[in-house]
Amino acid sequence: MPNSALIDALATFLPVHRLLRQAAELAPYESDALTAFRSRPGAVVLAETQEEVVRVVELCHRHSVPFVARGSGTSLSGGSLPVAGGVVIALNRLNRIVHLDPQRRIAVVEPGVINLDVTKAAAPHGLYYAPDPSSQLICTIGGNVAFNSGGAHCLKYGMTANHVLGIKAVLPDGAVVQLGGDSLESVGPDLAGFFVGSEGLFGIALEITVRLLPRPELYRTVLAAYHSLAAAGDAVAQVVASGLLPGAMEIMDNLAIQAAEAAVHAGYPRDAAALLIVELEGERVQVEAEFAHLLQVVEASGPYEVRVAKDDADRARIWKGRKSAFSAVGRLSPDYIVQDGVVPRSRLGEALAAIQRLSAQHGLRVANVFHAGDGNLHPLILYSGRTPGELERAETLAGEILNLCIELGGSITGEHGVGVEKRAYMPAMFNPVDLAVMNELRLAIDPKELANRGKMLPDGDAPSLTHPGIHPLEQQGVISRA
Amino acid sequence: MQHAIPVDELGVQGRFMAEAVDACVHCGFCLATCPTYKVLGEEMDSPRGRIILMKEALEGSIDLAGALPYVDRCLGCMACVTACPSGVAYSHLLTPFRTLAELQRRRAPMNQVARTLVKETLPYPERFRAAVQAGRLGQLTRRLLPAELQGMLRMLPATLPPAAPLPEVYPAQGPQRARVALLAGCVQQVLAPEINWATLRVLARNGVETVIPRGQGCCGSLSLHIGEAEQAQMLARRNLAAFPTDVDAIVTNAAGCGSGMHEYPLLFAGEADLPQAQAFSHLVRDITVFLAELGLAPPDGLPEPITVAYHDACHLAHAQGVTAPPRQLLSAIPNLRLVEIPEGELCCGSAGTYNLEQPELAAQIGERKARNILSTGAQAIATGNIGCMTQIRTHLAALGRPLPVWHTIELLDAAYN
Repeated sequence: MPNSALIDALATFLPVHRLLRQAAELAPYESDALTAFRSRPGAVVLAETQEEVVRVVELCHRHSVPFVARGSGTSLSGGSLPVAGGVVIALNRLNRIVHLDPQRRIAVVEPGVINLDVTKAAAPHGLYYAPDPSSQLICTIGGNVAFNSGGAHCLKYGMTANHVLGIKAVLPDGAVVQLGGDSLESVGPDLAGFFVGSEGLFGIALEITVRLLPRPELYRTVLAAYHSLAAAGDAVAQVVASGLLPGAMEIMDNLAIQAAEAAVHAGYPRDAAALLIVELEGERVQVEAEFAHLLQVVEASGPYEVRVAKDDADRARIWKGRKSAFSAVGRLSPDYIVQDGVVPRSRLGEALAAIQRLSAQHGLRVANVFHAGDGNLHPLILYSGRTPGELERAETLAGEILNLCIELGGSITGEHGVGVEKRAYMPAMFNPVDLAVMNELRLAIDPKELANRGKMLPDGDAPSLTHPGIHPLEQQGVISRA
Repeated sequence: MQHAIPVDELGVQGRFMAEAVDACVHCGFCLATCPTYKVLGEEMDSPRGRIILMKEALEGSIDLAGALPYVDRCLGCMACVTACPSGVAYSHLLTPFRTLAELQRRRAPMNQVARTLVKETLPYPERFRAAVQAGRLGQLTRRLLPAELQGMLRMLPATLPPAAPLPEVYPAQGPQRARVALLAGCVQQVLAPEINWATLRVLARNGVETVIPRGQGCCGSLSLHIGEAEQAQMLARRNLAAFPTDVDAIVTNAAGCGSGMHEYPLLFAGEADLPQAQAFSHLVRDITVFLAELGLAPPDGLPEPITVAYHDACHLAHAQGVTAPPRQLLSAIPNLRLVEIPEGELCCGSAGTYNLEQPELAAQIGERKARNILSTGAQAIATGNIGCMTQIRTHLAALGRPLPVWHTIELLDAAYN
């Protein structure tokens, strides 16, 4: 139950329509984009100023009530899953672009600014914000920072961490700090880098200084269709070996192609077993030269069809299809688990073949759509929660895929974060000493474990996807899975 | 998304509602195009939030009364349907839910009076015309009336254009290329009868004979969208009986009507009228779709160069997926330069009776639309729905920039000498 003293304190400065307490106000905040987990918060605060966020955090600290920051609620790992009875601090109204300096190519934004809106604001100056998660039309910079979000074009430009210069943040005890600065040449340890990807455990970003890049002069987007997933995976290795560095290199398998086509009519070859999307971008002279080279490499990799985007509209359609693919898979199956494992690029073909084998073994369909260029897999495990036992089978399969990624020398997450979903796999990924150090750091910053409690770091009651039967947290009524 | 909606207790519509909930994956892509989410910035006033609320209300885990304020604030613009990658048929949830809610809810007395007035006048041209006349008298005593009725009076136009009765048949000019039946409409017929006349002239000029079936009436979509399914069925049945089906198309020049008539199969799901409703809705075309499919006779052009911003009516763009044909037709007009409106996917706030029921939000959304339109530097606006025309005129005027707002077909009409 929510702490009534805390609620009273919040009510002294928050009007009733921004301190949500009614069942109908709270229900829509129970989940983010990972609906397998639901949890009803005690209250949702719709913050409108940085000062309000600081006050709410201070009060939560004083009353020892856990809080979760939330932007647009698009996390695929349950990163903004509320703590039952805790406070959700909704930041989507905290969406001012405080400052944009085209000369210095930086923007200072509040956490609720939508990723694509940074690019929109920078566009008149010929600049853009490079990290492009598929949900960029709605996901917020605050969430991108917390989860070090990636995107198709992070192959060339790096993840969110590579684009954040400074962060003003409120720590879990209410102290406000400035980490990093406004240029790449900062003095001392990279504390902003330390904050990025901490999944909300170190507090809430109030202002983020991001880098802006000049918009590429020219894009060349190539689609190549293959008869097998492994052939497309091998093609990626060949492009990398050729020395080219495309802006993005993506693969979609047939299920993902079907879903995306149904959703946005992207014009993909529907019968392909695998589709490779490679995009070159940059200065005209260079892109034109690389394009000829790329076509040779791709043609030599055994595709049965190669297509080049005709114009900007065609290119936009190709990317819209790719970026809608996760959600579009909802057309194929009522439920699915999105995975985010990483394997070394050189072992992509091997990993994909193994996933197909596991899929057949468990009798569950797996759609694959992924950032091939950096080995970041996104198998979508399709199941129906209505069929008894299918969720458990899907979870077992998901666990085996993650273990496979670790065995191949990769990682359990590339960009979605550990969240609540992959906590149980942290011990497989890190040794006890690593985990102990992470925990010590967390406790040093947040001794009461109030900020985004229950995410990333495993503990005795970590929710586990492979746990047979009802989860301990479910038994305690802390979480529920619909 | 998983749910425990008691499908069997809810009849045929229950299945439609459950399927829509099933298809939602809660990804949030809909938030970016939802006008109420943009303005209010809270999850309850977003499409996926409303899906959760309707789901929980149907499951019985939250009170209907708690969910309704948020469901009521939905414009029904269906921008979320265009944005949704996983194919949620949102209207299949919203429309039946509103009908269901209407049976259970208790409205405040004056709210009920206002609603009954809307429901019993707007769909009937003669009553609406009489109401406008009476309403002008009411202006004098406006301050004595409850807020709900004051709002309605404010929306009434100061004068009504004279209405010449439409003929039963309007012949094609030159060799006949097609024959269509025209839905004359209800509100539009009273507020802007010239749109129907422009439609007849443009169709004739394109070699199309138009019949205007006697005995037809309101298409029922206004009733359907406010949860009055029974009235909607009654009105729809009248049109099913009145319209011939041996025509090439049943043409409408109102986006809302086109959208509603495409929903007839949903309205009559599980009923004896279903086959007839399907045949009817199969023939329904927006005027711009029909002309684009037919192939437009080249217009002569406008006398002066003009820059026109095209506004996507939600019930065309989102509910029917029609965005290219009107642009294609307007682009064919010599001397007309077409420009796009920023945030073009956002509703203007008119949305049927929305500006009567949610005046404050409708005004905020309307002003946002007007500002976006002005940012294009356009000299005039073209759109395909009478509600949008009225709303956009109001908000441009409020900003002191009363640009002309035309129906797409009026511009085409003007472009034929």
